[in-house]
Order: sequence, then C-alpha cells, then structure tokens
Amino acid sequence: MPLFDSLFNFAGWLSGNSQEAEDLVQETYLKALKGFASFQPGTNFRAWIFRILRNTFLTSRSGLQATRTVPLDDESEEVPAVAVTTATPESLLLGRAGSEEIQSAMDKLPVTYREVLLLCDVEEMSYQDISETVSIPIGTVMSRLSRARRAMREALSEKPQASHRTGAKS
Amino acid sequence: MTNDLWQMKIPAYVDGELSSDETGAMDLHLRECAMCASDALQQMRLKQSNKLAGSRFTPSAEFRRKIAAQVAAKTAPPRRSAWRWMWSPAFAAALLVIVVVSGIFVHRSFERSRSQQLLAELTDLHVANLAASNPVEVVSTDRHTVKPWFQGKLPFSFDLPELAGTPFTLLGGRLTYLDHEPGAHLIYNVGAHHVSLFVFRDQPELAQAFAEQQSSRSVLSFHVDAWSSRGLRYFVVGDANPQSIHDLSSMLEKANQ
Repeated sequence: MPLFDSLFNFAGWLSGNSQEAEDLVQETYLKALKGFASFQPGTNFRAWIFRILRNTFLTSRSGLQATRTVPLDDESEEVPAVAVTTATPESLLLGRAGSEEIQSAMDKLPVTYREVLLLCDVEEMSYQDISETVSIPIGTVMSRLSRARRAMREALSEKPQASHRTGAKS
Repeated sequence: MTNDLWQMKIPAYVDGELSSDETGAMDLHLRECAMCASDALQQMRLKQSNKLAGSRFTPSAEFRRKIAAQVAAKTAPPRRSAWRWMWSPAFAAALLVIVVVSGIFVHRSFERSRSQQLLAELTDLHVANLAASNPVEVVSTDRHTVKPWFQGKLPFSFDLPELAGTPFTLLGGRLTYLDHEPGAHLIYNVGAHHVSLFVFRDQPELAQAFAEQQSSRSVLSFHVDAWSSRGLRYFVVGDANPQSIHDLSSMLEKANQ
C-alpha cells in the first residue's frame, strides 16, 4: 500500500494517538479509493492523498478542537531568519536534545505549524508539495516553517536550561 | 549580498529549495562565513533530529493487514457470487420454459381459433349453397361428368369415388372460394341429408390451421371430417350422422391415394 507508514505517522502526529490515527488512515484509504477518479494522473499523488488525510482530520472531532487554537500571528508577514548564534549553551544543548524532548516540543506546536514541519522535515516534501497538501501559498509554508522551527528551538533550549539550574542547586 | 540576506536563505538551503546556482553560491559563502556556517549546521541538525524524532507512530501488523484486505477488496474486479452462478442458469432455463410454453399456448390458441374460423366458413358455404336456388353449377350424378367440369377452373385435379352400391349420390358441383383460394364444392346426398365435399390446395395457412393430418370435429351440429393427401386438403361437411360422413370421407380418401 503506497505511503501507508507515512500516512499513519502523520495521522498520529495530527491526532495525538494511534487509535485515532487508525481511524483517520482507514477513512483516508476509503475516500481515496472512492474518489480515485478525481485524481488527475501526472499530478502529485503524495500531496493528493496527504491532503485527503489532513481534510479528514480537520473534519474530525479532534481536528475541530485543534483548529480552534490557531496562532494569531500574521502569516503573511515575512519572518526574518534569526541566526542561531554559534557556540551558545542553548545551541549546544539543542544539538544534544533527545527524541523525547523533540517529540515533546513538536507536541506543543500548534497543529498548523506542526503539520508543515512534519511534511518538510519528516516527509521531506518540497515547499510546493506542502503548499498543495495544506492548500496554502508557498510564502505561508515558509513563514509557518520558520515559526515552527523557532518555537522548537525555544522549547528545546528552555528545558535543558531548567534542568541545568536544578542540578546546580543540589 | 549582506549577511542578513545570506541568513534568510539558510532555511531554503537546508530544505533543498534553492536553485543549483544559489546552492553553489551558498556553499561558497558558508566556507567563508563562520556565523552562517554555524547557523546552517544548527538548522540541518535540527532538521535531522526532527526527522528521527518525527517518525513516532508505527502501524500495527494487524491494522496493516486489515487495510490491505480492505484495499484489495475494493480494487478487486467484482466477483459473481456462487448464488448468482447457480441462479442464472436456473433463471434462464425457467424463463426459456415460460417463453416456450407461452409461445406454444399462444400458437395453439391462434391455430385453434383460425381452424374454427375456417370451419365456420365451410359450414356457412355448405348452408348458403344448399339454400341457393342453384346449389350446383354442374348438375350430374356421374363423376365422369362432374370431375371434368373443373378442368381449367382449378389449378389442381382430384378423383371422385365410385358410388354404386353405396347410400351416397353425387348431385353435382361448383366452384367455391376459401380464404381467397379457389376450390371444388361437391354435394352428395345420403338419405334425406346433403353432404358437402370441399377440396382445396393444401396452402400453408390451411396446413397451419389444421395441423393434424386427419381430424373429425363438430361445428354447430355439423360434422366435419378433414384430411390432407398429396397436396390437397379435403373437408366433408354435413348434418348426416357421423358414420355416414366418415364412410364418404373414407371413400374419397381411397380414391385420391
């Protein structure tokens, strides 16, 4: 089955649990099979089926809950790239962050940031494919990615610092 | 290009979104600029970490089998159920039987109604001619006079039996028509009764209406014997007793064998 593992992983990240991910994936395949006639050969199949999954999630109960808390940042605003300064304690700790810390940071991201980050970094989609999947302009893809990564850096740099201070006291 | 502009391009560089020219230029810049190189390195490291940590949810083997089965069922060509295989020939056979039986019934009904119609016409001809002032056009008791009278008038010929020693007397004959076909109408006398003999070519319509080679029927108290022989169809119609009708029919039949 094409993209089965990728779709399941993406569904898990969107919904937050495996049980709901199963429901989402099952419904996605049923919708894809039913509406396969609407798929235009030569276009991006991966973007097409991921878009079905995303739309299925957005109309689910957890999807509706998740989209109620959208970030209020102006997405049309260009986000200036913030340089990650060299050899700061934060950047060094960021590099040592484990999977659990990264997953925890991803969990905290708003779903609109999390999905573009996952599609870009995990699924290695191009900005164009992400744009088609999420149905947003490429500029918005780039700004969401920038905000998502900045939020990730901030989340990852806070946690080690806190534990470091705690350790210093004891 | 200022350092800020280079830094703005680092995310696209890390994501592989720059053109080959831009990528080449960025590669050269990163060799010269430690700050941008460090920034790019951090972003690449985060991207790699995200990829590793992002592969978090794995479907169970059971769920994989379930979806694979559903996909296979949806994409497989439609299968005809065993019931349909059993049902179709039975249904076709039943339908065929119904059609054949209905066809036979309709055909027989049509034949029956057609033969009854022709028999009714024959009895009408019998009665009408007897009621006429001149029932026969050739008046003779001699078969050798009556038979030649039909020469040139009918497209066929027939033989008449010798009636000596029988209760039948030939009274004569005339031309008649049945279903637009010319034929011979001969009148015999037996006792106080008159009996008509009709002879026609055995046209397909007649043959169809009287499928039986030989038949004996009663129409409005008239007795009718009918048979075919050598391409001709004979009818003997009268209100004499059936045995007399049969006897005359037998004599005519023998004469034309």
